[in-house]
Amino acid sequence: MGVASSIRFAAALAAVAVLVAGCGGGGGTASGPGARTTIANIGSDTMLNLAAAWAEAYDRVDPSVSVEVSGGGSGQGAAALINGSCDVANCSRKLEEREAGEIRSRRSREPKEHIVGYDALSIFVHRSNPLEEISVEDLGEMYRDGGTITRWSQIGVTIPGAKGDAIILVNRQNSSGTYHYFKEAVVGKKNEFRLSALHMNGSKDAVELIANTPNSIGYSGMGYATPEVRQVRVSRKRGERGIAPCAVSALDGSYPIARPMFMYTAGEPEGALRAYLEWILSPKGQEIVESTGYVPRPAR
Amino acid sequence: MAERRNGMEMVAEKAIELLIRICGISAIVFVFGIFFFVFREGAPALAKIDLGEFLTGGKWIPTSHQPRYGVGALIVGTLSVTAVAMAIAVPFGLGAAVFVSEFCGRRTRETLKIVIELLAAIPSVVWGFIGLSVMSPLLIHGFHVPVGVNLFNGAILLALMSVPIMVSIGEDALKAVPDSYREAALALGATRWQTVWRVLVPAARNGLLAAVLLGVGRAIGETMAVLMATGHSIRIPETLFDPVCTLTATIAAELGETSKGSTHYQVLFLIGVLLFSITFVVNLAADLVVKGIRKR
Repeated sequence: MGVASSIRFAAALAAVAVLVAGCGGGGGTASGPGARTTIANIGSDTMLNLAAAWAEAYDRVDPSVSVEVSGGGSGQGAAALINGSCDVANCSRKLEEREAGEIRSRRSREPKEHIVGYDALSIFVHRSNPLEEISVEDLGEMYRDGGTITRWSQIGVTIPGAKGDAIILVNRQNSSGTYHYFKEAVVGKKNEFRLSALHMNGSKDAVELIANTPNSIGYSGMGYATPEVRQVRVSRKRGERGIAPCAVSALDGSYPIARPMFMYTAGEPEGALRAYLEWILSPKGQEIVESTGYVPRPAR
Repeated sequence: MAERRNGMEMVAEKAIELLIRICGISAIVFVFGIFFFVFREGAPALAKIDLGEFLTGGKWIPTSHQPRYGVGALIVGTLSVTAVAMAIAVPFGLGAAVFVSEFCGRRTRETLKIVIELLAAIPSVVWGFIGLSVMSPLLIHGFHVPVGVNLFNGAILLALMSVPIMVSIGEDALKAVPDSYREAALALGATRWQTVWRVLVPAARNGLLAAVLLGVGRAIGETMAVLMATGHSIRIPETLFDPVCTLTATIAAELGETSKGSTHYQVLFLIGVLLFSITFVVNLAADLVVKGIRKR
Protein backbone atom coordinates (compact mmCIF):
# COMPACT_ATOMS: atom_id res chain seq x y z
CA MET A 1 0.00 0.00 0.00
CA GLY A 2 2.66 2.44 1.12
CA VAL A 3 4.94 1.60 -1.76
CA ALA A 4 2.14 2.01 -4.27
CA SER A 5 1.19 5.42 -2.99
CA SER A 6 4.76 6.64 -2.78
CA ILE A 7 5.36 5.56 -6.36
CA ARG A 8 2.20 7.33 -7.41
CA PHE A 9 3.37 10.36 -5.50
CA ALA A 10 6.72 10.26 -7.26
CA ALA A 11 4.92 9.96 -10.58
CA ALA A 12 2.78 12.96 -9.67
CA LEU A 13 5.88 14.93 -8.76
CA ALA A 14 7.45 14.01 -12.08
CA ALA A 15 4.29 15.10 -13.86
CA VAL A 16 4.37 18.46 -12.09
CA ALA A 17 8.05 18.86 -12.97
CA VAL A 18 7.23 18.16 -16.61
CA LEU A 19 4.41 20.70 -16.55
CA VAL A 20 6.63 23.37 -15.02
CA ALA A 21 9.41 22.66 -17.50
CA GLY A 22 6.89 22.74 -20.33
CA CYS A 23 5.58 26.15 -19.25
CA GLY A 24 9.02 27.67 -18.82
CA GLY A 25 10.25 26.43 -22.19
CA GLY A 26 8.15 28.92 -24.13
CA GLY A 27 7.85 28.38 -27.87
CA GLY A 28 11.50 27.52 -28.51
CA THR A 29 11.59 23.76 -28.03
CA ALA A 30 8.39 22.33 -29.37
CA SER A 31 9.46 18.70 -29.06
CA GLY A 32 10.69 19.32 -25.49
CA PRO A 33 9.54 17.58 -22.32
CA GLY A 34 5.90 18.40 -23.07
CA ALA A 35 5.86 15.63 -25.67
CA ARG A 36 6.42 12.87 -23.09
CA THR A 37 4.36 9.74 -23.58
CA THR A 38 2.94 8.06 -20.50
CA ILE A 39 2.43 4.33 -20.01
CA ALA A 40 0.03 3.44 -17.21
CA ASN A 41 0.98 0.13 -15.58
CA ILE A 42 -1.35 -1.28 -12.89
CA GLY A 43 -1.72 -4.64 -11.18
CA SER A 44 -0.17 -7.36 -9.05
CA ASP A 45 1.37 -6.42 -5.73
CA THR A 46 3.80 -9.31 -6.13
CA MET A 47 5.19 -7.69 -9.27
CA LEU A 48 5.12 -4.14 -7.87
CA ASN A 49 8.80 -3.99 -6.86
CA LEU A 50 9.80 -5.39 -10.22
CA ALA A 51 7.51 -3.14 -12.27
CA ALA A 52 8.76 -0.08 -10.38
CA ALA A 53 12.39 -1.08 -10.97
CA TRP A 54 11.69 -1.49 -14.69
CA ALA A 55 9.95 1.90 -14.86
CA GLU A 56 12.85 3.60 -13.11
CA ALA A 57 15.51 2.01 -15.30
CA TYR A 58 13.54 2.69 -18.48
CA ASP A 59 13.59 6.39 -17.66
CA ARG A 60 17.31 6.32 -18.50
CA VAL A 61 16.79 4.20 -21.64
CA ASP A 62 14.14 6.46 -23.18
CA PRO A 63 13.56 9.70 -21.24
CA SER A 64 10.65 10.64 -23.52
CA VAL A 65 8.54 7.84 -22.06
CA SER A 66 7.31 7.90 -18.49
CA VAL A 67 5.96 4.69 -16.97
CA GLU A 68 3.56 5.14 -14.05
CA VAL A 69 3.29 2.07 -11.86
CA SER A 70 0.76 1.24 -9.18
CA GLY A 71 -0.25 -1.93 -7.35
CA GLY A 72 -3.52 -3.15 -5.84
CA GLY A 73 -3.55 -6.75 -6.98
CA SER A 74 -3.82 -8.72 -10.22
CA GLY A 75 -7.61 -8.31 -10.16
CA GLN A 76 -7.27 -4.56 -10.03
CA GLY A 77 -4.88 -4.63 -13.00
CA ALA A 78 -7.32 -6.71 -15.02
CA ALA A 79 -10.21 -4.40 -14.04
CA ALA A 80 -8.16 -1.37 -15.13
CA LEU A 81 -7.38 -3.01 -18.47
CA ILE A 82 -11.07 -3.79 -18.97
CA ASN A 83 -12.22 -0.21 -18.40
CA GLY A 84 -9.25 1.26 -20.25
CA SER A 85 -7.60 3.09 -17.36
CA CYS A 86 -4.25 1.37 -17.91
CA ASP A 87 -2.10 0.36 -20.87
CA VAL A 88 -0.44 -2.70 -19.33
CA ALA A 89 -1.82 -4.90 -16.56
CA ASN A 90 0.57 -6.86 -14.32
CA CYS A 91 -0.86 -10.24 -13.36
CA SER A 92 0.73 -12.88 -11.18
CA ARG A 93 -1.89 -15.33 -12.54
CA LYS A 94 -3.40 -16.06 -15.91
CA LEU A 95 -6.20 -13.76 -17.02
CA GLU A 96 -9.54 -15.37 -16.21
CA GLU A 97 -11.84 -16.34 -19.09
CA ARG A 98 -14.42 -13.85 -17.81
CA GLU A 99 -11.87 -11.01 -17.74
CA ALA A 100 -10.58 -11.84 -21.21
CA GLY A 101 -14.19 -11.86 -22.44
CA GLU A 102 -14.86 -8.44 -20.97
CA ILE A 103 -11.77 -7.02 -22.66
CA ARG A 104 -13.05 -8.43 -25.96
CA SER A 105 -16.55 -7.04 -25.50
CA ARG A 106 -15.74 -3.66 -23.92
CA ARG A 107 -12.47 -2.76 -25.66
CA SER A 108 -13.18 -4.90 -28.75
CA ARG A 109 -9.58 -6.10 -28.69
CA GLU A 110 -7.97 -9.44 -28.09
CA PRO A 111 -6.01 -9.54 -24.77
CA LYS A 112 -2.35 -10.25 -25.47
CA GLU A 113 -0.28 -12.18 -22.95
CA HIS A 114 3.45 -11.58 -22.32
CA ILE A 115 5.40 -13.81 -19.92
CA VAL A 116 7.94 -11.44 -18.35
CA GLY A 117 9.58 -13.67 -15.74
CA TYR A 118 8.91 -16.29 -13.08
CA ASP A 119 8.07 -16.08 -9.41
CA ALA A 120 8.66 -18.78 -6.84
CA LEU A 121 6.36 -18.60 -3.81
CA SER A 122 8.43 -18.95 -0.69
CA ILE A 123 7.06 -20.48 2.49
CA PHE A 124 8.16 -18.18 5.31
CA VAL A 125 8.39 -18.89 9.03
CA HIS A 126 9.70 -16.84 11.95
CA ARG A 127 13.52 -16.86 12.26
CA SER A 128 13.35 -18.79 15.54
CA ASN A 129 11.31 -21.62 13.95
CA PRO A 130 13.50 -24.73 13.46
CA LEU A 131 11.33 -26.09 10.59
CA GLU A 132 13.64 -27.01 7.69
CA GLU A 133 11.27 -28.40 5.09
CA ILE A 134 7.58 -29.02 4.57
CA SER A 135 5.51 -30.89 2.02
CA VAL A 136 2.74 -29.38 -0.09
CA GLU A 137 0.46 -32.05 1.45
CA ASP A 138 1.13 -30.80 4.98
CA LEU A 139 0.71 -27.20 3.89
CA GLY A 140 -2.64 -28.18 2.41
CA GLU A 141 -3.74 -29.76 5.69
CA MET A 142 -2.78 -26.53 7.48
CA TYR A 143 -4.52 -24.14 5.11
CA ARG A 144 -7.53 -26.25 4.07
CA ASP A 145 -10.88 -25.60 5.74
CA GLY A 146 -11.33 -28.68 7.95
CA GLY A 147 -7.67 -29.69 7.56
CA THR A 148 -6.08 -31.85 10.25
CA ILE A 149 -2.93 -29.88 11.14
CA THR A 150 -3.47 -27.00 13.56
CA ARG A 151 -0.56 -27.35 16.01
CA TRP A 152 3.18 -27.28 15.41
CA SER A 153 3.74 -30.41 17.52
CA GLN A 154 1.72 -32.42 14.96
CA ILE A 155 4.58 -32.08 12.47
CA GLY A 156 7.23 -32.44 15.17
CA VAL A 157 8.19 -28.80 15.56
CA THR A 158 8.83 -27.02 18.86
CA ILE A 159 9.55 -23.33 18.50
CA PRO A 160 11.87 -22.05 21.24
CA GLY A 161 10.36 -19.11 23.11
CA ALA A 162 6.96 -19.41 21.43
CA LYS A 163 3.72 -18.75 23.30
CA GLY A 164 1.68 -21.90 22.89
CA ASP A 165 1.68 -24.49 20.14
CA ALA A 166 -1.00 -23.19 17.77
CA ILE A 167 -0.08 -22.58 14.13
CA ILE A 168 -0.84 -18.98 13.17
CA LEU A 169 -1.68 -19.10 9.48
CA VAL A 170 -0.91 -16.00 7.46
CA ASN A 171 -2.93 -15.69 4.27
CA ARG A 172 -3.51 -12.88 1.74
CA GLN A 173 -6.61 -10.88 0.91
CA ASN A 174 -8.95 -12.76 -1.42
CA SER A 175 -8.34 -10.47 -4.41
CA SER A 176 -4.63 -11.21 -4.53
CA GLY A 177 -3.27 -13.27 -7.43
CA THR A 178 -0.88 -14.95 -5.02
CA TYR A 179 -3.88 -16.06 -2.90
CA HIS A 180 -5.57 -17.70 -5.85
CA TYR A 181 -2.39 -19.36 -7.06
CA PHE A 182 -1.65 -20.73 -3.58
CA LYS A 183 -5.20 -22.04 -3.31
CA GLU A 184 -4.90 -23.83 -6.63
CA ALA A 185 -1.40 -25.22 -6.03
CA VAL A 186 -1.62 -26.12 -2.33
CA VAL A 187 -5.17 -26.17 -0.97
CA GLY A 188 -6.75 -27.63 -4.06
CA LYS A 189 -9.39 -26.19 -6.36
CA LYS A 190 -12.26 -28.10 -4.73
CA ASN A 191 -11.36 -27.08 -1.18
CA GLU A 192 -11.75 -23.80 0.67
CA PHE A 193 -9.19 -21.91 2.74
CA ARG A 194 -9.45 -22.03 6.52
CA LEU A 195 -11.27 -18.76 7.27
CA SER A 196 -9.57 -18.20 10.62
CA ALA A 197 -6.23 -17.46 8.90
CA LEU A 198 -4.97 -13.87 9.09
CA HIS A 199 -5.70 -12.17 5.78
CA MET A 200 -3.01 -9.59 5.15
CA ASN A 201 -3.37 -6.84 2.59
CA GLY A 202 -0.15 -7.01 0.59
CA SER A 203 2.96 -9.22 0.42
CA LYS A 204 5.00 -6.86 2.56
CA ASP A 205 2.45 -6.80 5.40
CA ALA A 206 2.34 -10.60 5.37
CA VAL A 207 6.13 -10.91 5.70
CA GLU A 208 6.19 -8.16 8.35
CA LEU A 209 3.60 -10.06 10.40
CA ILE A 210 5.54 -13.34 10.14
CA ALA A 211 8.70 -11.49 11.21
CA ASN A 212 7.16 -10.53 14.55
CA THR A 213 4.97 -13.58 15.23
CA PRO A 214 7.01 -16.67 16.29
CA ASN A 215 4.13 -19.16 15.78
CA SER A 216 3.28 -18.08 12.26
CA ILE A 217 3.72 -19.55 8.80
CA GLY A 218 2.87 -17.82 5.55
CA TYR A 219 3.71 -17.39 1.88
CA SER A 220 4.80 -14.61 -0.46
CA GLY A 221 6.89 -14.09 -3.56
CA MET A 222 10.54 -15.15 -3.20
CA GLY A 223 11.57 -11.51 -3.70
CA TYR A 224 9.99 -10.49 -0.40
CA ALA A 225 12.41 -12.47 1.78
CA THR A 226 13.99 -10.42 4.58
CA PRO A 227 16.61 -11.34 7.21
CA GLU A 228 13.78 -11.36 9.77
CA VAL A 229 12.09 -14.46 8.30
CA ARG A 230 13.29 -17.90 7.17
CA GLN A 231 12.48 -19.61 3.89
CA VAL A 232 11.60 -23.29 4.14
CA ARG A 233 12.40 -26.02 1.57
CA VAL A 234 9.28 -27.46 -0.03
CA SER A 235 8.59 -30.99 -1.28
CA ARG A 236 5.64 -32.27 -3.28
CA LYS A 237 4.80 -35.20 -0.99
CA ARG A 238 5.55 -36.23 2.58
CA GLY A 239 8.89 -38.02 2.73
CA GLU A 240 10.25 -36.57 -0.51
CA ARG A 241 13.29 -34.32 -0.52
CA GLY A 242 12.52 -30.65 -0.03
CA ILE A 243 13.64 -28.20 -2.72
CA ALA A 244 14.91 -24.70 -1.89
CA PRO A 245 13.23 -21.87 -3.80
CA CYS A 246 15.71 -20.46 -6.34
CA ALA A 247 15.97 -19.56 -10.02
CA VAL A 248 17.13 -23.02 -11.11
CA SER A 249 14.50 -25.01 -9.23
CA ALA A 250 11.73 -22.63 -10.31
CA LEU A 251 12.63 -22.93 -14.00
CA ASP A 252 13.23 -26.68 -14.20
CA GLY A 253 9.91 -27.29 -12.40
CA SER A 254 11.38 -29.16 -9.42
CA TYR A 255 10.20 -26.47 -6.99
CA PRO A 256 6.49 -27.20 -6.51
CA ILE A 257 5.12 -23.68 -6.08
CA ALA A 258 6.52 -21.50 -8.85
CA ARG A 259 4.58 -19.67 -11.54
CA PRO A 260 5.06 -17.37 -14.50
CA MET A 261 4.42 -13.62 -14.19
CA PHE A 262 2.37 -11.97 -16.93
CA MET A 263 1.87 -8.58 -18.46
CA TYR A 264 -1.32 -8.13 -20.46
CA THR A 265 -2.13 -5.56 -23.12
CA ALA A 266 -5.42 -5.00 -24.93
CA GLY A 267 -4.50 -5.95 -28.46
CA GLU A 268 -1.02 -6.05 -30.03
CA PRO A 269 1.13 -3.35 -28.32
CA GLU A 270 2.20 -0.44 -30.53
CA GLY A 271 4.69 2.42 -30.49
CA ALA A 272 6.24 3.32 -27.16
CA LEU A 273 4.41 0.49 -25.40
CA ARG A 274 5.79 -2.07 -27.82
CA ALA A 275 9.32 -0.71 -27.35
CA TYR A 276 8.90 -0.89 -23.56
CA LEU A 277 7.74 -4.52 -23.59
CA GLU A 278 10.52 -5.50 -25.97
CA TRP A 279 13.04 -3.87 -23.65
CA ILE A 280 11.58 -5.79 -20.69
CA LEU A 281 12.13 -9.08 -22.51
CA SER A 282 15.65 -8.04 -23.63
CA PRO A 283 18.72 -9.11 -21.60
CA LYS A 284 18.85 -5.64 -19.94
CA GLY A 285 15.26 -5.90 -18.75
CA GLN A 286 15.68 -9.49 -17.61
CA GLU A 287 18.76 -8.50 -15.56
CA ILE A 288 16.41 -6.39 -13.45
CA VAL A 289 14.16 -9.42 -12.91
CA GLU A 290 17.12 -11.22 -11.40
CA SER A 291 18.32 -8.27 -9.30
CA THR A 292 14.88 -7.78 -7.69
CA GLY A 293 14.75 -11.40 -6.53
CA TYR A 294 12.66 -13.06 -9.24
CA VAL A 295 13.55 -15.57 -11.92
CA PRO A 296 14.30 -14.31 -15.46
CA ARG A 297 12.96 -16.04 -18.57
CA PRO A 298 15.24 -18.78 -19.89
CA ALA A 299 17.60 -17.39 -22.57
CA ARG A 300 16.52 -18.43 -26.04
CA MET B 1 -33.64 56.99 -1.94
CA ALA B 2 -33.88 55.58 1.52
CA GLU B 3 -36.82 53.46 0.47
CA ARG B 4 -34.90 52.09 -2.48
CA ARG B 5 -32.03 51.16 -0.27
CA ASN B 6 -34.50 49.45 1.99
CA GLY B 7 -35.79 47.51 -0.99
CA MET B 8 -32.25 46.45 -1.90
CA GLU B 9 -31.60 45.42 1.66
CA MET B 10 -34.78 43.41 1.67
CA VAL B 11 -33.68 41.53 -1.45
CA ALA B 12 -30.20 40.94 -0.08
CA GLU B 13 -31.70 39.76 3.18
CA LYS B 14 -33.96 37.31 1.39
CA ALA B 15 -31.12 36.05 -0.82
CA ILE B 16 -28.87 35.40 2.15
CA GLU B 17 -31.69 33.73 4.03
CA LEU B 18 -32.28 31.44 1.05
CA LEU B 19 -28.57 30.66 0.81
CA ILE B 20 -28.37 29.73 4.47
CA ARG B 21 -31.53 27.66 4.13
CA ILE B 22 -29.97 25.73 1.25
CA CYS B 23 -26.82 25.15 3.30
CA GLY B 24 -28.94 23.80 6.14
CA ILE B 25 -31.00 21.50 3.97
CA SER B 26 -27.99 20.30 1.94
CA ALA B 27 -26.87 18.06 4.81
CA ILE B 28 -30.17 16.17 4.59
CA VAL B 29 -29.93 15.99 0.81
CA PHE B 30 -26.40 14.61 1.00
CA VAL B 31 -27.24 11.99 3.61
CA PHE B 32 -30.24 10.76 1.66
CA GLY B 33 -28.35 10.99 -1.62
CA ILE B 34 -25.47 8.89 -0.32
CA PHE B 35 -27.83 6.37 1.24
CA PHE B 36 -29.80 6.16 -1.99
CA PHE B 37 -26.75 5.52 -4.17
CA VAL B 38 -25.19 3.01 -1.79
CA PHE B 39 -28.51 1.21 -1.51
CA ARG B 40 -29.04 1.27 -5.29
CA GLU B 41 -25.67 -0.41 -5.87
CA GLY B 42 -26.30 -3.00 -3.17
CA ALA B 43 -30.01 -3.72 -3.58
CA PRO B 44 -29.80 -6.17 -6.54
CA ALA B 45 -27.86 -8.54 -4.29
CA LEU B 46 -30.90 -8.87 -2.03
CA ALA B 47 -32.59 -10.93 -4.71
CA LYS B 48 -29.58 -13.24 -5.11
CA ILE B 49 -28.69 -14.02 -1.52
CA ASP B 50 -30.56 -15.12 1.56
CA LEU B 51 -30.79 -12.14 3.93
CA GLY B 52 -30.83 -14.39 6.99
CA GLU B 53 -27.63 -16.10 5.90
CA PHE B 54 -26.09 -12.74 5.03
CA LEU B 55 -26.66 -11.34 8.52
CA THR B 56 -25.93 -14.42 10.61
CA GLY B 57 -23.77 -16.66 8.43
CA GLY B 58 -20.18 -17.20 9.54
CA LYS B 59 -18.73 -18.01 6.12
CA TRP B 60 -17.38 -15.15 4.01
CA ILE B 61 -15.81 -16.66 0.88
CA PRO B 62 -16.86 -14.27 -1.90
CA THR B 63 -14.21 -15.21 -4.49
CA SER B 64 -14.64 -18.98 -4.35
CA HIS B 65 -16.27 -20.95 -7.16
CA GLN B 66 -19.09 -21.55 -4.65
CA PRO B 67 -19.27 -18.12 -3.03
CA ARG B 68 -20.80 -17.69 0.42
CA TYR B 69 -21.74 -14.26 1.71
CA GLY B 70 -22.18 -14.41 5.49
CA VAL B 71 -21.10 -11.36 7.47
CA GLY B 72 -22.14 -12.55 10.94
CA ALA B 73 -18.52 -12.88 12.06
CA LEU B 74 -17.71 -9.45 10.62
CA ILE B 75 -20.57 -7.81 12.53
CA VAL B 76 -19.38 -9.42 15.76
CA GLY B 77 -15.85 -8.28 14.89
CA THR B 78 -16.87 -4.65 14.39
CA LEU B 79 -19.01 -4.54 17.53
CA SER B 80 -16.41 -6.22 19.74
CA VAL B 81 -13.52 -3.99 18.60
CA THR B 82 -15.68 -0.89 19.08
CA ALA B 83 -16.88 -2.00 22.52
CA VAL B 84 -13.38 -2.73 23.81
CA ALA B 85 -12.07 0.52 22.30
CA MET B 86 -14.79 2.49 24.08
CA ALA B 87 -14.11 0.72 27.38
CA ILE B 88 -10.58 2.11 27.10
CA ALA B 89 -11.33 5.47 25.50
CA VAL B 90 -14.30 6.73 27.54
CA PRO B 91 -12.55 6.89 30.94
CA PHE B 92 -9.38 8.29 29.36
CA GLY B 93 -11.14 10.77 27.08
CA LEU B 94 -13.64 12.15 29.59
CA GLY B 95 -11.02 12.11 32.37
CA ALA B 96 -8.68 14.14 30.18
CA ALA B 97 -11.54 16.53 29.29
CA VAL B 98 -12.26 17.13 32.99
CA PHE B 99 -8.57 17.63 33.75
CA VAL B 100 -8.01 20.05 30.86
CA SER B 101 -11.14 22.04 31.61
CA GLU B 102 -11.14 22.14 35.42
CA PHE B 103 -7.89 21.12 37.06
CA CYS B 104 -4.85 22.27 35.16
CA GLY B 105 -3.23 25.67 34.84
CA ARG B 106 -3.30 27.75 31.68
CA ARG B 107 0.12 26.77 30.36
CA THR B 108 -0.39 23.05 30.94
CA ARG B 109 -3.77 23.36 29.23
CA GLU B 110 -2.34 25.02 26.13
CA THR B 111 0.43 22.42 25.83
CA LEU B 112 -1.98 19.54 26.41
CA LYS B 113 -4.44 20.82 23.83
CA ILE B 114 -1.74 21.16 21.18
CA VAL B 115 -0.42 17.65 21.86
CA ILE B 116 -3.92 16.15 21.83
CA GLU B 117 -4.67 17.86 18.53
CA LEU B 118 -1.42 16.42 17.21
CA LEU B 119 -2.68 12.96 18.21
CA ALA B 120 -5.78 13.58 16.10
CA ALA B 121 -3.65 14.57 13.12
CA ILE B 122 -1.82 11.23 12.80
CA PRO B 123 -3.09 9.47 9.64
CA SER B 124 -4.81 6.15 10.22
CA VAL B 125 -2.36 4.25 7.99
CA VAL B 126 0.40 5.31 10.36
CA TRP B 127 -1.66 3.99 13.29
CA GLY B 128 -2.09 0.73 11.41
CA PHE B 129 1.63 0.49 10.82
CA ILE B 130 2.31 1.09 14.53
CA GLY B 131 -0.19 -1.67 15.33
CA LEU B 132 1.41 -4.11 12.92
CA SER B 133 5.08 -3.58 13.67
CA VAL B 134 5.32 -2.02 17.15
CA MET B 135 2.30 -3.12 19.18
CA SER B 136 2.12 -6.64 17.78
CA PRO B 137 5.48 -7.88 19.23
CA LEU B 138 4.79 -5.95 22.46
CA LEU B 139 1.48 -7.77 22.92
CA ILE B 140 3.02 -11.17 22.12
CA HIS B 141 5.69 -10.75 24.79
CA GLY B 142 3.65 -8.74 27.27
CA PHE B 143 0.60 -10.99 27.36
CA HIS B 144 2.11 -14.32 26.22
CA VAL B 145 -0.28 -14.76 23.33
CA PRO B 146 0.56 -16.47 20.02
CA VAL B 147 -0.50 -13.60 17.76
CA GLY B 148 -0.13 -9.85 18.24
CA VAL B 149 -2.47 -8.45 15.60
CA ASN B 150 -5.81 -9.00 17.32
CA LEU B 151 -8.95 -7.50 18.81
CA PHE B 152 -7.04 -5.84 21.66
CA ASN B 153 -4.43 -4.30 19.35
CA GLY B 154 -7.11 -2.80 17.11
CA ALA B 155 -9.11 -1.60 20.11
CA ILE B 156 -6.11 0.23 21.62
CA LEU B 157 -5.47 2.01 18.31
CA LEU B 158 -9.13 2.95 17.93
CA ALA B 159 -9.19 4.19 21.52
CA LEU B 160 -6.16 6.39 20.86
CA MET B 161 -7.80 7.69 17.69
CA SER B 162 -11.11 8.57 19.32
CA VAL B 163 -9.69 10.08 22.54
CA PRO B 164 -8.80 13.45 20.90
CA ILE B 165 -12.39 13.92 19.67
CA MET B 166 -13.78 13.08 23.11
CA VAL B 167 -11.36 15.47 24.81
CA SER B 168 -12.09 18.45 22.55
CA ILE B 169 -15.86 18.05 22.56
CA GLY B 170 -16.01 17.03 26.22
CA GLU B 171 -13.93 20.06 27.19
CA ASP B 172 -16.22 22.37 25.19
CA ALA B 173 -19.23 20.87 26.94
CA LEU B 174 -17.71 21.45 30.38
CA LYS B 175 -16.64 24.98 29.39
CA ALA B 176 -20.23 25.73 28.40
CA VAL B 177 -21.44 25.17 31.98
CA PRO B 178 -21.91 28.70 33.41
CA ASP B 179 -19.33 29.80 35.98
CA SER B 180 -22.16 30.61 38.39
CA TYR B 181 -22.57 26.82 38.90
CA ARG B 182 -18.93 26.54 39.96
CA GLU B 183 -19.23 29.58 42.20
CA ALA B 184 -22.39 28.24 43.81
CA ALA B 185 -20.77 24.86 44.45
CA LEU B 186 -17.75 26.58 45.95
CA ALA B 187 -19.99 28.75 48.14
CA LEU B 188 -21.71 25.64 49.47
CA GLY B 189 -18.34 24.30 50.54
CA ALA B 190 -18.05 21.56 47.91
CA THR B 191 -14.59 20.15 47.21
CA ARG B 192 -13.25 20.29 43.66
CA TRP B 193 -14.07 16.63 43.15
CA GLN B 194 -17.65 17.12 44.39
CA THR B 195 -18.02 20.12 42.10
CA VAL B 196 -16.97 18.07 39.09
CA TRP B 197 -18.88 14.90 39.89
CA ARG B 198 -22.10 16.34 41.34
CA VAL B 199 -22.43 19.64 39.48
CA LEU B 200 -20.44 19.93 36.26
CA VAL B 201 -20.79 16.42 34.82
CA PRO B 202 -24.59 16.31 35.29
CA ALA B 203 -24.89 19.83 33.86
CA ALA B 204 -22.79 18.96 30.80
CA ARG B 205 -24.10 15.42 30.28
CA ASN B 206 -25.61 16.05 26.85
CA GLY B 207 -22.35 17.40 25.53
CA LEU B 208 -20.37 14.60 27.15
CA LEU B 209 -22.70 12.00 25.67
CA ALA B 210 -22.26 13.62 22.27
CA ALA B 211 -18.49 13.42 22.76
CA VAL B 212 -18.69 9.70 23.54
CA LEU B 213 -20.99 8.98 20.59
CA LEU B 214 -18.79 10.84 18.13
CA GLY B 215 -15.97 8.68 19.45
CA VAL B 216 -18.09 5.55 18.83
CA GLY B 217 -18.80 6.77 15.30
CA ARG B 218 -15.11 7.28 14.67
CA ALA B 219 -14.35 3.79 15.96
CA ILE B 220 -17.04 2.01 13.91
CA GLY B 221 -16.12 3.82 10.71
CA GLU B 222 -12.34 3.53 10.97
CA THR B 223 -10.83 1.43 8.20
CA MET B 224 -7.09 1.40 7.57
CA ALA B 225 -5.89 0.99 11.15
CA VAL B 226 -8.21 -1.93 11.90
CA LEU B 227 -7.42 -3.51 8.54
CA MET B 228 -3.76 -3.66 9.46
CA ALA B 229 -3.93 -4.24 13.22
CA THR B 230 -6.80 -6.67 13.85
CA GLY B 231 -5.41 -9.53 11.79
CA HIS B 232 -8.38 -9.71 9.43
CA SER B 233 -9.31 -13.23 10.46
CA ILE B 234 -12.90 -14.27 9.85
CA ARG B 235 -14.09 -15.82 13.12
CA ILE B 236 -16.11 -15.09 16.24
CA PRO B 237 -13.56 -13.94 18.84
CA GLU B 238 -13.47 -15.99 22.05
CA THR B 239 -10.81 -14.07 23.95
CA LEU B 240 -9.54 -10.49 23.98
CA PHE B 241 -6.50 -11.63 22.03
CA ASP B 242 -8.18 -13.40 19.11
CA PRO B 243 -7.70 -11.82 15.70
CA VAL B 244 -10.94 -10.50 14.19
CA CYS B 245 -12.21 -9.00 10.96
CA THR B 246 -14.40 -5.90 10.70
CA LEU B 247 -17.03 -4.74 8.19
CA THR B 248 -15.10 -1.64 7.15
CA ALA B 249 -11.81 -3.48 6.65
CA THR B 250 -13.55 -6.02 4.41
CA ILE B 251 -14.92 -3.27 2.17
CA ALA B 252 -11.54 -1.56 2.06
CA ALA B 253 -9.64 -4.74 1.23
CA GLU B 254 -12.00 -6.05 -1.43
CA LEU B 255 -13.96 -3.27 -3.13
CA GLY B 256 -11.09 -2.05 -5.33
CA GLU B 257 -10.71 -5.38 -7.07
CA THR B 258 -14.27 -6.53 -7.67
CA SER B 259 -15.73 -5.91 -11.08
CA LYS B 260 -18.60 -3.45 -11.08
CA GLY B 261 -22.04 -5.06 -10.98
CA SER B 262 -20.91 -8.51 -9.79
CA THR B 263 -22.63 -10.11 -6.81
CA HIS B 264 -19.50 -9.65 -4.71
CA TYR B 265 -19.52 -5.91 -5.54
CA GLN B 266 -23.20 -5.58 -4.68
CA VAL B 267 -22.79 -7.46 -1.41
CA LEU B 268 -19.95 -5.11 -0.41
CA PHE B 269 -22.34 -2.20 -0.93
CA LEU B 270 -24.92 -4.05 1.13
CA ILE B 271 -22.31 -4.12 3.92
CA GLY B 272 -22.14 -0.34 3.46
CA VAL B 273 -25.90 -0.13 3.96
CA LEU B 274 -25.50 -2.27 7.08
CA LEU B 275 -22.82 0.08 8.48
CA PHE B 276 -25.12 3.00 7.70
CA SER B 277 -27.94 1.34 9.63
CA ILE B 278 -25.70 0.62 12.63
CA THR B 279 -24.58 4.27 12.90
CA PHE B 280 -28.19 5.38 12.39
CA VAL B 281 -29.34 3.22 15.29
CA VAL B 282 -26.49 4.50 17.50
CA ASN B 283 -27.39 8.13 16.72
CA LEU B 284 -31.09 7.55 17.19
CA ALA B 285 -30.49 5.87 20.54
CA ALA B 286 -28.33 8.80 21.57
CA ASP B 287 -31.06 11.26 20.61
CA LEU B 288 -33.65 9.35 22.60
CA VAL B 289 -31.35 9.13 25.63
CA VAL B 290 -30.66 12.86 25.51
CA LYS B 291 -34.38 13.62 25.20
CA GLY B 292 -35.13 11.28 28.09
CA ILE B 293 -32.59 13.05 30.28
CA ARG B 294 -34.10 16.42 29.37
CA LYS B 295 -37.61 15.36 30.31
CA ARG B 296 -36.51 14.30 33.76
